[in-house]
Amino acid sequence: MSKILIVADHADGKLNGGVAKVMSAAQAIGGDVDIVVFSDNGKAVAEQAAKINGVAKALTVDNAANANLMGAVLAPQVVELVKGGYTHVLFCGNALGKDTAPRVAALLGVPQVSDIMAVHGANSFDRPIYAGNAITTVEVPEGTVIATVRLASFDAVAEDGSAAIEAASVSAALPSHTRYKGLQAQKSDRPDLQGASKVVSGGRALGSSDNFKVIFDFADKIGAGVGASRAAVDSGYVPNDMQVGQTGKIIAPELYVACGISGAIQHLAGIKDAKTIVAINKDADAPIFEVADIGLVGDLFTILPELQSKV
Amino acid sequence: MKALVSVKRAVDYNVRIQVKPDGSGVVTDGVKHSMNPFDEIAMEEAVRLKEKGVITEIIAVTIGGQKNEETLRTALAFGATRAIHVKEDGEIQPLTAARALAAVFKKESVDVLLCGKQAIDDDANQTGQMTAALLDVAQATFASKIEIADGKATVTREVDAGLETLDIDLPAVVTTDLRLNEPRYLKLPDIMKAKRVQIEAVTFADLGVEAAPAIKVTKTAPPPSRSKGVMVKTVDELVAMLKQKGLV
Repeated sequence: MSKILIVADHADGKLNGGVAKVMSAAQAIGGDVDIVVFSDNGKAVAEQAAKINGVAKALTVDNAANANLMGAVLAPQVVELVKGGYTHVLFCGNALGKDTAPRVAALLGVPQVSDIMAVHGANSFDRPIYAGNAITTVEVPEGTVIATVRLASFDAVAEDGSAAIEAASVSAALPSHTRYKGLQAQKSDRPDLQGASKVVSGGRALGSSDNFKVIFDFADKIGAGVGASRAAVDSGYVPNDMQVGQTGKIIAPELYVACGISGAIQHLAGIKDAKTIVAINKDADAPIFEVADIGLVGDLFTILPELQSKV
Repeated sequence: MKALVSVKRAVDYNVRIQVKPDGSGVVTDGVKHSMNPFDEIAMEEAVRLKEKGVITEIIAVTIGGQKNEETLRTALAFGATRAIHVKEDGEIQPLTAARALAAVFKKESVDVLLCGKQAIDDDANQTGQMTAALLDVAQATFASKIEIADGKATVTREVDAGLETLDIDLPAVVTTDLRLNEPRYLKLPDIMKAKRVQIEAVTFADLGVEAAPAIKVTKTAPPPSRSKGVMVKTVDELVAMLKQKGLV
């Protein structure tokens, strides 16, 4: 039977909501599931992890070196824990998981599966390639399975359990070559683009940085994050970090409103997992209408203010 | 200071991917390929660090079949000092690539490996981190700013909560994200000059690299298609539909 370890992501004493989604993937694999919290003082986070339904044990590994989570420092500790007999180690498919999982896999000499989006068995999974333009079914060879889980593909399990919390002792030599210097959190009242349930994006048709105000205003009205096409970013209307698409951010919101975006394939690659896509564009032949659930042909500068006043 | 830049040849990001009807993979024959865009950013950064005098030598490396030579020529046109082609015709998965890169890293005694955070074909986002682990050196993934001085690098990286800064000792591996820079347009004279540079060829056997246990792809399918959408004529209709779906 599988014995699964989930490495918890957390910050500021709060467990990352993605961990309950990784639990969904773990339950699809089946077996005993432990969650480990690496921290300098992980009790509070472990208490949250212990509530996730299906957890056998919430483990804590307290060490001053774990005050800020870094892949290079975590990896040797995870490898030590794996020696306790885990068949699978699962990570959130976010920055921390992507930073850590490959390092663990390489130390163990096993391959890693990135971005599991469906589970077919203990060693068989679906994952996206080419920015989700194709889905492959992969079989992992015998040995420990190291994987990240694509959070947009799984629903969180309920959190009304009460598993035991245990301190795990891990004796791994930790590297000193990597030092945490700080975090500059993006200050914005708008929801984060990647976590937002609604996103409003603008494209080349916005024409200027100032004109993007119409996008921001509508986004604020409906509580949405704001994105942009590569064309809008390349034209300097908005910063790079707002770019949605194959080489930008790949998002999966409930609602995506594309305004003045023609729908280049690289942009579509970033939004194809959105539940509902609304396209507003002057050009009735724009490719964005081929993927939109709801399309409206017209000038965004008249449509958006009207839309804003009516929602 | 020596930098190694890993460049992968991948299907061009403008190509509309077609899955083969028999589900055995995606169509890559006769399809435009170019340097993985994230590796272009790594290459550009290495050249900028060279222009600043921080890096003195840039070694571009690629792993793959004969056609990968084009990618190395592109790297040379960017400004790589030398190019190494690790020739291997089969499919190369991240752990095997990492073993080869680690071997070149050691053989050439480089100070930093720069590479894209991921390739836009397999989207694995593993090779840089695996190489760092095999070398037992520091890593800074998803870099949006790199400063190198006094045998150390200060790297700003794009994480979920914002921008994190790490201070790492060299040698190290740094993987590059979109915001780091904008790669230059290559000039024709540089492209022509790059055609004449001798490329060094090595094999896995030369490097002492063994293929790692591999993940088997059993099926490749297109993503589920979206159901046909509707066109509305007025904002009122749009609002009504959004309300009906509970989205506003």
